[in-house]
Parts: sequence; C-alpha cells; structure tokens
Amino acid sequence: MESTEEVRSRLRDLCISQKLAVVSTQSGGQPYASLVAFVASDDLRHIFFVTARTTRKFAYLTKDSRVAVLINSSTNEESDFHDAVSITVIGTAEEISGPERENVVELYLSKHPYLEDFAHSPSCALIKVTTKSYYMVQNFQNVMELHVD
Amino acid sequence: MNWIIAPENILQEDRQRVGGKGFALALLVKGGFKVPKTFCVTSDTYHEYVSQTGLRERILLELNRKSFKDMRWEEIWDCATRIRNLFLRKSIPFEIEKELKEIIEAQFKGKSVVVRSSAPDEDAASASFAGLHESYVNIKGADKILDHLRKVWASLWSDAALLYRQEIGLDVKKSSMAVVIQEIIVGDKSGVAFSKSPNDDSQGIVESVYGLNQGLVDGAVEPDRWIMGRGNRTVISHTPAERTHRMIPDKSGVQRATLPDEVANRPPLNAQEVIRVFKLALNAEGFFKSPQDLEWTIQKKDLYVLQSRPITTLSSQKKDDSRSWYLSLHRSFENLKALRKKIENELIPGMIAEAERLAEVFLTELPDKQLAAEIDRRWEINQKWTNIYWEEFIPFAHGVRLFGQIYNDAMRPEDPYEFLDLLTRTEMASLERNQMLGDLAEMVRKNPSLAKDLAAGQYAGLDSQFLEAVDRFIEKFGDLTCAVTGGTQCEQTSDSLYKILLEMAAHPPTKTGQRKSGAKARLKEKFLNAFEGEQKKQAAELLDLGRSSYQLRDDDNIYLGRIEAHLLAAVREARQRMDDYQAGRIQQKIADELIQVVENLDHRPQFQSPYKQQPGDGFVIQPRQLIGQPAGPGLAKGPARVIQKTADLSEFKHGEILICDAVDPNMTFVIPLAAGVIERRGGMLIHGAIIAREYGLPCVTGIPDATFLIENGDEVTVDGYLGIVTIGSSDLRGNAKATGNGPLGIHSAKEKIES
Repeated sequence: MESTEEVRSRLRDLCISQKLAVVSTQSGGQPYASLVAFVASDDLRHIFFVTARTTRKFAYLTKDSRVAVLINSSTNEESDFHDAVSITVIGTAEEISGPERENVVELYLSKHPYLEDFAHSPSCALIKVTTKSYYMVQNFQNVMELHVD
Repeated sequence: MNWIIAPENILQEDRQRVGGKGFALALLVKGGFKVPKTFCVTSDTYHEYVSQTGLRERILLELNRKSFKDMRWEEIWDCATRIRNLFLRKSIPFEIEKELKEIIEAQFKGKSVVVRSSAPDEDAASASFAGLHESYVNIKGADKILDHLRKVWASLWSDAALLYRQEIGLDVKKSSMAVVIQEIIVGDKSGVAFSKSPNDDSQGIVESVYGLNQGLVDGAVEPDRWIMGRGNRTVISHTPAERTHRMIPDKSGVQRATLPDEVANRPPLNAQEVIRVFKLALNAEGFFKSPQDLEWTIQKKDLYVLQSRPITTLSSQKKDDSRSWYLSLHRSFENLKALRKKIENELIPGMIAEAERLAEVFLTELPDKQLAAEIDRRWEINQKWTNIYWEEFIPFAHGVRLFGQIYNDAMRPEDPYEFLDLLTRTEMASLERNQMLGDLAEMVRKNPSLAKDLAAGQYAGLDSQFLEAVDRFIEKFGDLTCAVTGGTQCEQTSDSLYKILLEMAAHPPTKTGQRKSGAKARLKEKFLNAFEGEQKKQAAELLDLGRSSYQLRDDDNIYLGRIEAHLLAAVREARQRMDDYQAGRIQQKIADELIQVVENLDHRPQFQSPYKQQPGDGFVIQPRQLIGQPAGPGLAKGPARVIQKTADLSEFKHGEILICDAVDPNMTFVIPLAAGVIERRGGMLIHGAIIAREYGLPCVTGIPDATFLIENGDEVTVDGYLGIVTIGSSDLRGNAKATGNGPLGIHSAKEKIES
C-alpha cells in the first residue's frame, strides 16, 4: 500500500498536470456539475477556481457551500480504463477577497496565464474550496481515501 | 535554442524558422550580393514568447469568442486591438531577452535598424502578405529594437492579416512570425525593381525615389518609373514623377521632407544607374531561378539589395486584389486630414443647408401632383446624402482607430480602450439632445399637474412654456419616433415623446460619465509627454483628428436624420390626405401620382429582419449565457426591452436593459433610462457603445441572436467587463446579503456595480 506521503504526492502531481476540474453543486436536491479551470494549493488543503457571478454554480454555491470536485487524467482513449487517475474531492466553498485574493490570483494565473482578464474581472468571483477528503481512483477500481485534518 | 541567427548560419532546413524574407536574404548574402548587415529572430523565439507568457491561448480565446464569419470587420478590428495590446504589455521572458540583447548590442551598437516581419508562410508563391505585416524603420538601441520586435509579432494578428489569412484558408493556430533585423542604409535614392513585368513578359520595371524607399512602398512619395527591355537591357520608356518629397530618417522613425529644388528637377537615377539596378534584378532572378521583386538602395556608389521576393503569379494576383482592399482598411494620417477638411468645410455645412432648404417648403400648400414630385425629390436628396454618408463619413471613423493605435503604442494601457477617455465628452449632438430632453423632464418632474395631464393624455391645457420648449426640441431633433434608416414609421403625435418624458421625470436625473475633467487633462498631458519635438506636435494633431472623428460618428447620423425627417414629413402629409379622403373629411379625389409615389415607397427593398422566429422542430433552445464583445465596463441586471421597431422605444422604462439590432444615434435618447445595453452589431466604436460609455453603462455588443433569443421582460444580466449576457435569474450578489451570513460574502460585486 502506498504511504500517505506517496498518495499526497500522486494527488499533487495530478492537480499540477490537470488544468480542468468538474465542480458539483446542488440546488433543491438537484446536483449540478460544471467545468472549471482550477489550481490547488501545494499542501492540497485548498482548491481555487474563478467563476462569473452570473453563473448557476455561483448562485448554488451561495446557497449551499458544500461541493464535490472531480479531477482526472483521462484522455478519451481506451487506455484510460487502466491508466487514468481520477480524484474526487469534497469540501466547502467560499469567495475570497482582499490580499488573500491577490495572492491566490497570482497562483491561479501562474497556471492559467491566458485567463488574466477573466480572473481580474470585477464580475468574477474567486472561490476557495477548503478540502475535507480526497478519494483517489486508479487501475479502474482501486480507491484510496485521504482525509484532511 | 538559437533565438537569433546570422544569415551565413542559416541552412536549408531553417527556411520555416526564418521566414521567406529572412531565408531569401540569407541566400543573397551567401550568393555574394551586397546586403546590409542582417540578423534573423527565428519563429522559435515567437513560439517561446507566446507560450511562456500565456499569450498563445489568450489569442486563441480572443479569436474564438465567436465564429469568425459572424464577426463584423469592426469586431475583428477590436479583437486585433486587444491582441496588439497584449503584445505591447507582455515583456519578453528574461532568458530570451538576455540572449537577444547580447547579440543585438554586439552587432548593431550605435546603428539604426529596420525591424521587418518575415512570416514563414509569407512570400510563398500562393500568398502574398506584402504590406499586411508591419515593418519599423530607423530603430536604435537594443531595448527599442526588442520593443519593435513585439510590435512586428503583434502585426501577425492585425485585422487585415486576420481577414486575409481567413480568406486564403490558413489555419491561424499555425501562424508564427520570424523577424529580420537589418542595419539601415540611408540611401541617397532607393526603389523597387521587377525583373519581369506582370503585364509583359518581355519587359521589366524599375521605380525610384529620393531618400528611403519607405515613401515609395507605402505610397507617400511618387516614384519615377522606367519600363525596361529584358532582352537588350535598355530603357523603353521613362515616366517622371512630380518630385516634391522624400523620406528621411528623423529622431526615431522616418519623416516626409520637402525635396530641395536642385534635385527635384532631375530623376533620382541617371541612365547608367537605371541599367545597373535592372541588371541587379535580373541577377537575382537568375540566382533564385524565378522573376524577382527587389527592394534596393544606393548610398554613394554602393548598390544594396534590401530584400528580394518572387513576383506573385497571375493566379495569385487575383487574391492580391482583396489584399489591397484589406490594406485600404487603414487610412493614413494625411488621407484622414484631407477627409476631415472636406467633411467639416463642405459636407456637414452642405447637409445643414440642405435640411434648411427643405424646411422652407410648406408641404400643406402643395397641390397633390407637386407633393408627389416633392416626395420624389426628397427621396433623391436623401439617397444622395446616404451615399455620401457611406462613402465619406464612414471611412472617417478610421481617425478614431488611428488615434487608438498610436495611443496604445505610446501608453501601453491596461485597458486597450483607455484612449476613448480622451475622445469622449466632446460636444456630440446626441448629448445636446439628451440634455434638452433632461431639461424637459425636469419641467415635468417639478410640475405635478403637468405630469398628471400628460399621463391622462389631456394635452389641451398644457403649460405654454412647456409646449414652447417641446416645439423647440422637435424643431431641432424631430419627434423621436423616426429611425434614420428605412423609416416610414414616424408617428403623428407627440405621445412617444411625452411617455419618455414621464418616465424620465419619475426618476432622478441621469448624468453622463462621472469621470473627473482633471483626470482627462492629466491623461492628455501624459499622452503628449510620451512624445518629443515634431512628434509631439503630430500627436496633438492626431488627438484633434481623433476627437473630430469620434464626434462625427454620432453627429453625422443626426444631420442625416434631419434630412430624412423632411422626406418622412412629406410622406406623412401625403398619407394624411389619403386618410382624410377615405374618411370623407375631404371631397377632392387624391391625384394618382401621389398615391403611386406613396405606394412605391412601401415597396422599397427591405433588409432581412433580424427578428426572425426560430423554426419549431420539437426542441426549444433557451439561451442562458451569450458571448459577445465587451464594449462598456460594468455589471447590470434588469428586465429586457427588445426594440423591434422605433415606436417600441416609447415604452422604455427606467432600469430596463436595452436590446436592439444597433443603437441608431436617433434612438440614444433612451440611454439615460437604461441600466445596460446589448446590441446585435458588434464593435467598440459603434454608436451604442460610445453613448453607453458616455453614461458609464455596461454594454455588450456583437450578439447576433440577441433580438430573437431574448424577449421583453426576460431578466438579463449584462457583464460589460467580459462581454457576457446572462438570461434568466442570476444572483449577482449571492444570497449572502439576504440571508445575513452565508459563506459567500458579496464584497466586490455590488460595490463594483455601483462604483
């Protein structure tokens, strides 16, 4: 079995290599999934993404801060079934502002420099997901959990 | 990786890396031709720069906002402006810059250079990019050279280059650019030479001007022209130019200078020199094994080749035709100055005088036949001025574009449209009209009994002072219900005007943009201080031209609208008579001529309605988020008011989002009531966007489906920062405020909305 450090390192690699994640929110019990460009903090305690304030996901997050985030390395090939790694993260979302926002925007843009206008637009919110647990799936069905204290 | 290579080190396999121009120069150097010192910045450097800075994806995001074929040229220009600004603001990564600087400083220390584009697909026999990408002459110092390197890179994405690439089917994702840095040889005379004439296989052509050949290439200086016999290498004919100017280097760049009298009288080349230049072109043809188009210069006794490229074949010349059209999209400063003179001194006064002459005819006194003739006459007059509007006034809008480019080059602002702040708040006629409307609304606001009468439709006992003011308004600006184009929709009463006044009076007065005039003055000073000497004077002239161009964007329509209003008045008079006859109010039969002329007007060709219905096939498309172009920063939410016809404007309510095909300058009076603006037509410089900016309203343009996907009363959010329109409920502020302490604080949105 992999050590905690090995699992963390694998999770970190996936978070660094992948640009996009699926964020799930809900409203009135109806789940709602959206694709976002994300960045994770090095310690894996936070996942950040930017969303326009006019979107459904932003409205839903506002009402219920619980989210699930899916990050995976599939490439739409058959080999994905044995090769791809996928992680599901659960946590709580909040919008951040002030100096914290500035620091995170810098981190965010170092990964997604082409999203500069989007990240800086006053019509967009920078969302911080504080992670609670990671569920890592690899080799098709092998699932490991990592809980953040 | 070699970011920059000397010609002698360029190998066959480097052809794509150094581009057509760079590769030809390398061959010429190796072939022993006299070429000024040249280095090539490879396309790898471009790729590395756009990758490391994130520009590659940003450019593609910009270009894929919407389908290219759905973009109007103005939107493409906007797109190109934003991309150019990205290049201006992103420095070259340190490691690359270091290597480039070392070589440039070592090779070109203290020397002026030309920085030329050399796109890999450029100059290929199938496509000619000549003139579509930029070159900069007389640039000195490593920092300046690297600055201009980025500008040349940016020109890969100019509107003209984008359109041309689209037309000939090149994939923009593969576009890249090498750049040639060449020591400038300040020639006494320069020119071009075609080893074979495109018109006659037995002939060649030599053209020459005094000074640098920049003037010849961009058409600012007329050249002497010799037709040469290819067989015996002699002059067949010589067409002298009217020699008045030459291009010479100035402090940073080139300037057009008057030619001294002693040289103006004789051709730049003597007989031996013409033959020498022509032989050089023939040598190049022999060397490259294809007819060549050569740029050359003579300094003292030395004849240099500046560049050589294959003459485009006849089949590709056809394509050249549209290339020259794309090139004509950009007008020179001189050209625009001349146009301005004509517009200001001739055309505008002409339009005003025309409207005044038309006002002198009393329509009610004309017998039917004469009224019919008068309608015809007014139709012709209106057509004439509409044509002038397209041919002369529309191109003058390029004054704003030219100013924008110079401003951005000098200031590199974060917001590529900051330059508009220097152009706005000029005395636009529509602002004057809105001010008069505001004053009328103020009268209604202060006089509750007047408001009550207006609301009840009881116009009989209206306050005489108010009525006089209304008459003055109508006399000057019409009754607000006439559209400029295609309008036979004018109403006969002032109901619409009163409705708008009541709506305005029910809310506090609106002010135009809250920019402080001090900030504008400082911006102007900062802009002018970016230049020195002669250039400073030119920058001030350009600002003045930009302002005039900007103001005319709006005013020309108002003037044209006045002429059209006279046509419509005559049509209205005719309709009135026909109605009166049918209702039995008059006995005399209406003359056939008059009936005929009115009927003909109704059968004029109509533009396809932008309000078509979707075909119903069982699926319903419901829009949620539509992407257009950001045209006025800000965020606003409100019920939609879709303007299908001019009369709908009178229903406009305070706080609604105006959605229309295009904001006609004659409809901008509702803008002070609007919370935001959405237009089908795209572009930053269209009237709606300009007026929205004046009033500080969020504005999104270029959403082709806006008027049929959005319905009256839909809740709409306009994100003018990103160019996004959201339909349906969206919680701008989140519910945090409503519920008290939700996890998502709503700090910035609301403040930003209101700031």
